[in-house]
Amino acid sequence: MGSAVTARQRREGFSLVQYLRCFAGIVWRETLRFWHQRERFVSALVRPLVWLFIFAAGFRSVLGVSIIPPYDTYVLYEVYITPGLVAMIELFSGMQSSLSMVYDREMGNMRSLLVSPFPRWFLLTSKLMAGTAVSLVQAYAFLAVAYFWEIEPPSPWGYLTVLPALILSGLMLGALGMLLSSLIKQLENFAGVMNFVIFPMFFASSALYPLWRVREGSPWLAFLCELNPFTHAVELIRFAFYEQVNFLSLAVVLGATIVFLATAIIAYDPSRGILTRREGP
Amino acid sequence: MSRRLPEPVAVSGEQLGANALEVEGVSHSYGKRKALSDVSFHVRPASFCVLLGLNGAGKSTLYSLITHLYAVQKGTIRIFGFDVNRTPSEALRRLGVVFQARTLDLDLTVEQNLSYHAALHGISKREASFRAAAVLDEVAMAGRAGDKVRTLSGGQMRRVEIARALLHRPRLLLLDEPTVGLDVKARADILKHVRHLVGETGIGVLWATHLIDEVASGDNVVLLHEGRVIDQGHAAEVAARTGAPDIGAAFKKLTGVAGEGDRWDQP
Repeated sequence: MGSAVTARQRREGFSLVQYLRCFAGIVWRETLRFWHQRERFVSALVRPLVWLFIFAAGFRSVLGVSIIPPYDTYVLYEVYITPGLVAMIELFSGMQSSLSMVYDREMGNMRSLLVSPFPRWFLLTSKLMAGTAVSLVQAYAFLAVAYFWEIEPPSPWGYLTVLPALILSGLMLGALGMLLSSLIKQLENFAGVMNFVIFPMFFASSALYPLWRVREGSPWLAFLCELNPFTHAVELIRFAFYEQVNFLSLAVVLGATIVFLATAIIAYDPSRGILTRREGP
Repeated sequence: MSRRLPEPVAVSGEQLGANALEVEGVSHSYGKRKALSDVSFHVRPASFCVLLGLNGAGKSTLYSLITHLYAVQKGTIRIFGFDVNRTPSEALRRLGVVFQARTLDLDLTVEQNLSYHAALHGISKREASFRAAAVLDEVAMAGRAGDKVRTLSGGQMRRVEIARALLHRPRLLLLDEPTVGLDVKARADILKHVRHLVGETGIGVLWATHLIDEVASGDNVVLLHEGRVIDQGHAAEVAARTGAPDIGAAFKKLTGVAGEGDRWDQP
């Protein structure tokens, strides 16, 4: 059949408005799903609160935190670990959304996303942003509870200045989750992610203890912590809460976001990615 | 299920006489295992084409290639002249798909599912709800628009999936084993509806199945077996060529395997 592409064929493309509609639709669906899984929201909130109310209270007297930037006075241990717990919410949220991507893939929902005529990088980036938006709601809900526990930034502006840090670190951890979702073949393998990603990332970071303390105990572990992008997400949030910018952390988080997202997009690309190499969507 | 669907948008600029779907010399391997070898066939606009093959014949792989889930490794797939590999966006926007697996979001309502799909095609909310009402009416599901998908029966979900696949007014509709797991009446309803669409709207349909009784004698049939097209043409022609009384017997003769479906059991 002679149907080679000729000049008479017109490519229609999409307008900016159509891109925005697609983006809004993806965010809207993610929000609806979040709304339908309220128990997920509660558990996402309970987890850091247990750390805050029990773990931190217990460790308060054991672990004194000296004056290190951005703090200009001695701070309570609860105050120290709050940024780490906010980052933990985002870490879990990022992994959860990757879990839901694996689930979607197994259930076929992923296919309805991927047959959309919009470019795949756009669809995946939109999904990532939607997931991050959901994690922001959780993070602020946690900060609201912490406020009543008298953990607050030096000025109310801190709640605003922390926002960009939360968005950026949320994107980084969501992109990491997306990358993992492309590598995990089946849902059952996800328990491994818990053991090999969430726990090491969380514990080998500055979330629970300042790095100088770690260095006293084990210099190589401190070095590992410094390499851990999660440490930088925590520090970015910690400084932003105090209306300051930690430029090193900003650079690391930004760089890691780009690398994770780009790799995830390549992994989901039909011609290059892993999807082609194995059977099943 | 008989009222008129809104006419497909006139897609200007498409080459006149272009095939709805053109598969040319397509081969695909998963590592060393070859799933498709040198598959070629086409689907005309306003025609109902059955892709007949047993489970594992390569139908799902072929669908994954047409929907650009995997890149085409060898050969070409064109939808109304647009190469799926080179211009996926133009190809996909002319394509509606009903996958074998259920792909509706169970926790969302029927309307929310359609609305999400519309957004994925850049359709505005207002236009989407207008179109959703029309396509749901068409499959007699208008009364369930506000219900959660979880509460629907298997047949109703399939009808919603067909409605959803038509929401962006595609010109080619792919269905992958759409009647699997449905009762006799639901199967007949869906088949009848899709055949009706072909006549009414001029959409091209590729219907993949392993159920021989879904083939009508006037249909175009592509027989896929172990990743190869073993015969194709009008069902009656294929049967005549093989010297078999009907397409079921022809398929059995060509493949040496008995499949499923009513007529299989009759010698």
